[in-house]
Amino acid sequence: MSLTADEVNKIAHLARLGIDKQDITSYTKDLSGMLDLMTRMSELNTDDVEPMAHPMDQSQRLRADVVAEPNNREKFQAIAPQVEAGLYLVPKVIE
Amino acid sequence: MHTKTLTELSLGLRSGAFSSVELTQTFLQRISQHQDLNAYITVTEELALQQALAADVRLANGTADCLTGIPIAQKDIFCTLDVKTTCGSKMLDNFIAPYNATVVEKLNQSGAVMLGKLNMDEFAMGSSNETSYYGAVKNPWNITTVPGGSSGGSAAAVAARLAVCATGTDTGGSIRQPAALCGITGLKPTYGRVSRYGMIAYASSLDQGGPMTRSAEDAAIVLQTMAGFDAKDSTSVDLPVPNYSAELNNSLAGLKIGLPKEFFSDGLNSDVAAVLATAIDEYRKLGAEIIDISMPNLKLAIPAYYVIAPAECSANLSRFDGVRYGYRCENPKDLTDLYTRSRGEGFGKEVKRRILMGTYALSTGYYDAYYLKAQKIRRLISDDFKNALAKVDVIMGPVTPTTAFGIGEKMDDPIEMYLSDIYTIAINLAGVPAMSIPAGFVAGMPVGLQLIGSYFAEDRLLNIAHQYQQVTDWHQQTPNGFE
Repeated sequence: MSLTADEVNKIAHLARLGIDKQDITSYTKDLSGMLDLMTRMSELNTDDVEPMAHPMDQSQRLRADVVAEPNNREKFQAIAPQVEAGLYLVPKVIE
Repeated sequence: MHTKTLTELSLGLRSGAFSSVELTQTFLQRISQHQDLNAYITVTEELALQQALAADVRLANGTADCLTGIPIAQKDIFCTLDVKTTCGSKMLDNFIAPYNATVVEKLNQSGAVMLGKLNMDEFAMGSSNETSYYGAVKNPWNITTVPGGSSGGSAAAVAARLAVCATGTDTGGSIRQPAALCGITGLKPTYGRVSRYGMIAYASSLDQGGPMTRSAEDAAIVLQTMAGFDAKDSTSVDLPVPNYSAELNNSLAGLKIGLPKEFFSDGLNSDVAAVLATAIDEYRKLGAEIIDISMPNLKLAIPAYYVIAPAECSANLSRFDGVRYGYRCENPKDLTDLYTRSRGEGFGKEVKRRILMGTYALSTGYYDAYYLKAQKIRRLISDDFKNALAKVDVIMGPVTPTTAFGIGEKMDDPIEMYLSDIYTIAINLAGVPAMSIPAGFVAGMPVGLQLIGSYFAEDRLLNIAHQYQQVTDWHQQTPNGFE
């Protein structure tokens, strides 16, 4: 199965992932190769097979609803690209 | 001192033959002498010497345990408080971790000394350590070849004696494959045995941390500290941790070893196959019974893995958005531009390839054909392991089809690189534990033997590995120039 450059651009947009124009051809080729590899899965009939999401098939553990995490606000803000008055800054969203 | 095993060094420290500060200085000096291997991303010299001083106090006052004062190194995927944690990526080149991973916390508490952070494939995506933003790591057995990946820095450091032991992580073979290619012992525990808290996520249903050491005896000691339930990891399994060193000396008489015919078919280099046959013979001499088995669904492990792992990766890596931490592009014109360019500039090519693949596999109209289909195949592969391990005690086979390949050799062909993980990937899909142990050499390059056990049977695997290491000396070999 092969993808087109347009399809790769669309996937990149869905993933909010910038791809250099000159690399589109190689990504298109690599992803098509990966899809070829995956078509081998259709060799096997899996109609009655239960999908396996997790090796332990365990359910999510619950815990008491109490504060467990320490407040690390200062530490977290210190490693952010841009903060002001305790807020994370991003380009203007609403005109 | 650097040629001794963890067990020997631990005894030496406790008997006062040398101090942790002396031992740590020896290793720091070796790291600086062998910088050309590129095994470390960050060397934490000052912190190491502080930890060594503290360890010497514990050694003197009798509160030391087996790892107190032992110089170790952490794969740079584990968050280390106030120390740069890059995951091998430009995206995290400026990331100072605000907390410790549970594995790091546990090793710190045992008194181990951290020498630094080890090089790795970017976000653990790679089989050669060549996708690292910090450059390829060289294999100490032949510096023109790769050490394997993604825990390539860990394997090279332990093989070259630039750390007594190291941590690694394994999503599709990232502990076992580099361990095999560098001639060391690597253990991927059962999924859920070692906490993933603070271990930067690649594919959460497959990722598992584990020890990379010189011997099985050493691996038992390190796993003892790493393993255990952690409330901070929602998939951590709440089972008691056995004493991993207690069963090492059990006899292997009557051990049933299964050899899946699918592991010994086309694609396996004949010289590697001959080394493995000799190793299996050694087990026969130790009293084991060899049984031929078949695991028919193994052949679909690679396609299933390359749907599931990228799907999980595309979700996990969506957190890198240039807003809260990590790389941010210059002068974003709007929010979409900020996301798109920060991610486009911060991630390398292999990471992007997998994010794209995963995004595609999870997108509307393709979910059933790819993701759901892969999860069904995952079930069949897992059943293959359960059925086989009901008949035999351990499954043995190759770790890699060949010895270490040349740096640059497979970088232009990602599919070819993926196919080299053929013997390791199925184990992560099933979640069972597995090891790679040194089993010999082909043309001077190490070959690993893979041991695969039942869920939570790490103690049995360590016993099986240790008994082999009592009658062979492959694990004691040191590459030329690193003696």
